[in-house]
Amino acid sequence: MIDRFANSGFHPFVLPFLVGMIFVLTYCFFGMVRIIWELPGKDRRRFFLSLVTPRTAWKNVKDIFLNCLIHVKLWKRNPVLGYMHSSIAFGWFMIILLGHIEVMLFLPERIRFFYYPIFFNFFVAEGESTIQGSVLMFLMDFFLLIILSGIAMAIVKRFASLWFGMRRTTRLSFLDSVGLYSLWAIFPLRLLSESFTAHISGGSFLTVPMNRMFVWFFGNDMNYLPTWWAYSIALGIFMIVLPFTRYMHIPAEMLLIPLRNAGIRIIHPRKGFARVQVRSCPGCGVCIDACPMSVKKENLKDCTVYLNRQIRRGNEKRIAEISDKCLLCGKCTEVCQVGVPGPEMRLAQRSLRKYSINPHYSNIQVDPFIDAIPTGTRVLYFAGCMTHLTPGIKKSVLSLLDKAGASYSVMDPDGGLCCGRPMMMAGRDEQAREMIRLNTEIIRASGCNVLLLSCPICYRIFKEKYKLGNIRIVHHSVYFNELIHAGRLKVNREEALKLVYHDPCELGRGCGIYDEPREAVSAAGTLVEARQNHAESICCGGSLGSITLSYEKREGITRNSVDNLMAGSPDAIVTACPLCLSTFNKYADVPVKDLATVLDEKC
Amino acid sequence: MDFGFSLSPSSAVNLDKVDLSLYDRLAAIDPGIRTCIGCGSCSATCTASAYSGMSVRKVLLAMQRGRMQEVEKMLSNCMLCGKCTMVCPRGINTRRLILNACRLYANVEGEA
Repeated sequence: MIDRFANSGFHPFVLPFLVGMIFVLTYCFFGMVRIIWELPGKDRRRFFLSLVTPRTAWKNVKDIFLNCLIHVKLWKRNPVLGYMHSSIAFGWFMIILLGHIEVMLFLPERIRFFYYPIFFNFFVAEGESTIQGSVLMFLMDFFLLIILSGIAMAIVKRFASLWFGMRRTTRLSFLDSVGLYSLWAIFPLRLLSESFTAHISGGSFLTVPMNRMFVWFFGNDMNYLPTWWAYSIALGIFMIVLPFTRYMHIPAEMLLIPLRNAGIRIIHPRKGFARVQVRSCPGCGVCIDACPMSVKKENLKDCTVYLNRQIRRGNEKRIAEISDKCLLCGKCTEVCQVGVPGPEMRLAQRSLRKYSINPHYSNIQVDPFIDAIPTGTRVLYFAGCMTHLTPGIKKSVLSLLDKAGASYSVMDPDGGLCCGRPMMMAGRDEQAREMIRLNTEIIRASGCNVLLLSCPICYRIFKEKYKLGNIRIVHHSVYFNELIHAGRLKVNREEALKLVYHDPCELGRGCGIYDEPREAVSAAGTLVEARQNHAESICCGGSLGSITLSYEKREGITRNSVDNLMAGSPDAIVTACPLCLSTFNKYADVPVKDLATVLDEKC
Repeated sequence: MDFGFSLSPSSAVNLDKVDLSLYDRLAAIDPGIRTCIGCGSCSATCTASAYSGMSVRKVLLAMQRGRMQEVEKMLSNCMLCGKCTMVCPRGINTRRLILNACRLYANVEGEA
């Protein structure tokens, strides 16, 4: 390979690319410094420590490679979209990498000009063909072809998203469109410019035949400069607009993954980790179809992708609206390819709210609760607010405990204190913490070693926020399943009874409990699955997560969820959450029962 | 001097003089609160009623009579558990009502 510009190593057409590249690198560098600076000191230390810990460092590299380049999660969800994304991301990465290898092999002194690897074919003339050269050229053409296939799919998808399994997609903002069209332009232009110079720089199966065709068509070979300029300008435009478009997710995700692997959580609603989350949203709009509120084409602009967009724009009114409406079911996070935690983001926004009445519970005495619990209690059952309103569940739980011969007592026989989760869902952590303190005092004083809960809302906060030492916190679905396996509960299975299990949001996506309730249901009858189940189950619509959604508006959500459950035409709907139970009861055509009730009937 | 009894202050409400703006503002945010029939289901189920006499029905009533101290006292123990919402036969979003009342109580300006 011979350097055609041996004296200067420069041609003015590289300027648009150079300006864009320097701009985007500077922007990302300062953005990264700012975000790390905004983290609380403890988190910052934790982050730096995780970067030098071999295990997390390796995980970072692996996750970035698999998620940002190969898009493994997307492949699993939708192979067509997976191919489209990984062809562009991985293909582009390979072209950049191969460009660097070429420069290092043939013109090692030029590696410090960082436009050389990008525009290698413009700057070199092929002296003699070597085996390394031909292999590299072949690979370059190969990956360019892969990218072009991805770009072609992207263009089709933009105009017919349904072909790719997406019912609804986001409406692009103006700069997003600029970014999109410049991204589409980059690779065809690269193909054209490399083809125009292929007789000088050499090429492979794609560029050489095209070069011959161009020479034959135009009659001369003097047309290459405009295409190289256009290629550089397209790159420049893309990189200049990148920080202000959804394509910011490309660099942001590379910071998000190490931060997440370090175990950092959202503390400030806008700064630090929250800022990376917002920037990492690719704006694909998968969450629009997933959001339970979007049935009947309502609330389409209230899903996580729009929350992120409004936070980027600083539209406080819309941020408040979107954050308050959400049911906090967590399905958007489940389907999100980047894993932007919609509920956590919204809770953080809610915590910004200022109130003039701040409830406090210092006047509440815990002694009467403690005194009511007999000493020597092993299993302490906390029914919780919602279970008290669905007394059938409480009755069944107690009856099952009796049948299993367990020694237990009830922590709140005549109603106790709230667990704090509903308060936390309103973003009022201080109040929630006070309730946690009171309940912790009661539970610790009782001397129990198992805390049994029949409400997933309580279960989640007990699991996540309570510090109860050695006391085992267990949801009744898990506990009864264990009792069945241990032979302490004899359930008579009725083969003909078809039961569908509804995963409550807080138990499934919230705490990751999917299998135990299903095993327990199978012990009583034949388990059938809903159309969307496990982590993709649809919220019943009764969630306490939403503050502003009115109860008339929730009817459509509940009906849609019931519809989903009826896919296998079950005889009854079984759930493990008192709130789901009472919500479904309003609109379901088949009986809705709690897991405990179903088991108790068959015991 | 202790007579063993005392005169309680007048509890008459002069609707021309009391401040009813909180109720109006809450109703403007969510007109649903006007549909309360005062059935008392919320009072019967309330977790906090044992401690602060909390009851959404009474909060609404007190706001319409301008008895703001009572409102503040009742709300001061609310745990936002949502039982009142679950039992309300009119489907009033009581948690939204309570949060907005807490927010707007001291004439804090702002949208819902």
